[in-house]
Amino acid sequence: MTAASDPALQTGDNAAALRADELRERATLLGMSVPALLIVGVIVFIPVGWLFWLSFTDGDQLSLTHYRRIADITHARIFWQTFEISALVTVLALLLGYPLAYLMSQLSPRWAGICLIFVLVPFWTSLLVRTYAWMVLLQRRGLVNQTLMDLGIIDMPLRLVYNYTGTVIGMLHIMLPFMILPLYAALRTVDMNYMRAAANLGASPLRAFWTVFFPLSMPGVIAGSLLVFILSLGFYVTPALLGGGRVMMVSMKIQQDAGLYFDWGAASALGVALLVITLGIFWVLSRFMRIERLYGGR
Amino acid sequence: MLNRPASDTQITHARRLWLYAVAVLVMAFLILPTFVVIPMSFSDSRFLRFPPQGFSLRWYESYLTSPEWMQATWVSLKVAVLTTLLATPLGIAASYGLHVSRVPFSRVLTIALISPLIIPIIILGVGIFYLYVRLGVVNTIPGLVMAHTILAIPFVVVTVSSGLQQYDSNQELAARNLGASRWTAFRTITLPQIRGSIVAGGLFAFITSFDEVVIALFISGGQNTTLTRRMFTGLRDEIDPTIAAISSLLIVLSVIMLLILVLSNRQK
Repeated sequence: MTAASDPALQTGDNAAALRADELRERATLLGMSVPALLIVGVIVFIPVGWLFWLSFTDGDQLSLTHYRRIADITHARIFWQTFEISALVTVLALLLGYPLAYLMSQLSPRWAGICLIFVLVPFWTSLLVRTYAWMVLLQRRGLVNQTLMDLGIIDMPLRLVYNYTGTVIGMLHIMLPFMILPLYAALRTVDMNYMRAAANLGASPLRAFWTVFFPLSMPGVIAGSLLVFILSLGFYVTPALLGGGRVMMVSMKIQQDAGLYFDWGAASALGVALLVITLGIFWVLSRFMRIERLYGGR
Repeated sequence: MLNRPASDTQITHARRLWLYAVAVLVMAFLILPTFVVIPMSFSDSRFLRFPPQGFSLRWYESYLTSPEWMQATWVSLKVAVLTTLLATPLGIAASYGLHVSRVPFSRVLTIALISPLIIPIIILGVGIFYLYVRLGVVNTIPGLVMAHTILAIPFVVVTVSSGLQQYDSNQELAARNLGASRWTAFRTITLPQIRGSIVAGGLFAFITSFDEVVIALFISGGQNTTLTRRMFTGLRDEIDPTIAAISSLLIVLSVIMLLILVLSNRQK
């Protein structure tokens, strides 16, 4: 506690001086965050504000032209495909991530730490490298096709890459740690006494899990799923490389409009739409976890 | 062993074997695909077959002797080091100031600092490009460093804030009571105790910049093309095995950084 909030000191003549001192100190401390805020303001908020402005103007006057242009069937399909892929990746990541996070939450710290390495190594590896690895693995004569053919499961190589399938596999691999880390953090806090009580009352392990543990793990499930979903919505690199032009997500359309056609109106309107959706979901997410903790695991 | 209870529900290890199996498969899925690149990089064929036929270092040679790849590597290293040097102090100062001052709106300011993580990166790329064209800093090192700094600051803020939360700031007040100035107290009491978080934040800043692709697609080019940008365009056109060699080196780099992180946290 600072001196000024001490009632005994406030009665004296020093009170005003102390309060001024504290205000000055707070201002100095707050001032320490100014350089960082300034650079974020200039490099993030000005350009994003600019995009908003661009999306609502045509020439020099306010207009919804750009939004009308993106409200057609082509763009609806792109948005639909983006949602579909993101939802699929989220569900698959949850199905793969939950068992591992669950097991980790019950292991001794030593073993949990070892398992955590398996999650952190890919997390720290460049996503470009990981995408490249999948291009190599999934190609026509890649390891996956060759193994499947050697095992006699298939006769002809499958088309695993430069399409929808490759995009989903690659994205799933990149997103899995983003699912497991918040899930693991949440599952660790579940009080195992409830499970003990359930077992004591005669519940089978399976029943105890579904009626007691799983409902208690819902905050983690929701946080991990929403995080993976929004990260997938705006994902560019992996779908651009593994989709081979057959997959078109919103982020790729934005890149095309801005980088290839210099169509800033369309790019900004699409960008604003994507941003509004993302922020909306983030707002929901923020009710389940502190945003500041978001990447704390990494 | 197998019939011993594995958890508080008295489930035995034997009845849980499937869970262990699933967990091992998921861990294999997480780690193996990436490491497949390493044996590939030592292949002597142009085609990426597995297992690789023959052993050679020709792709490493082709990387190390290519002026374009070398230049791109230098650009990336330079930008990543400068980004780390800029983002780490700015991030520490901001999170310390916001943490200690405890003003009502400090949470809003923290979220503003973290916002580059929330905004889809493609939007930042387009927006920053639009800004940089007007500022005339497209394809320049300072432009890249500034853009990467705003991506790195959130990571520094997140790690340092969580470090500050775990540490009892009354120690600093005690030091000041004994006559230390705020700066001395911070430097001698607080800083050593949050060193682990600072190291983590700095590593984050470096790797965030070094691995960044999307923004570099918009604002890096010519002399100042980054390594990842060159890799991305290379991958779009054809699968050049030189990229397998570069990727293997990048994997080694990430593992080293993770090791530094783990070791620096263990010292605490």
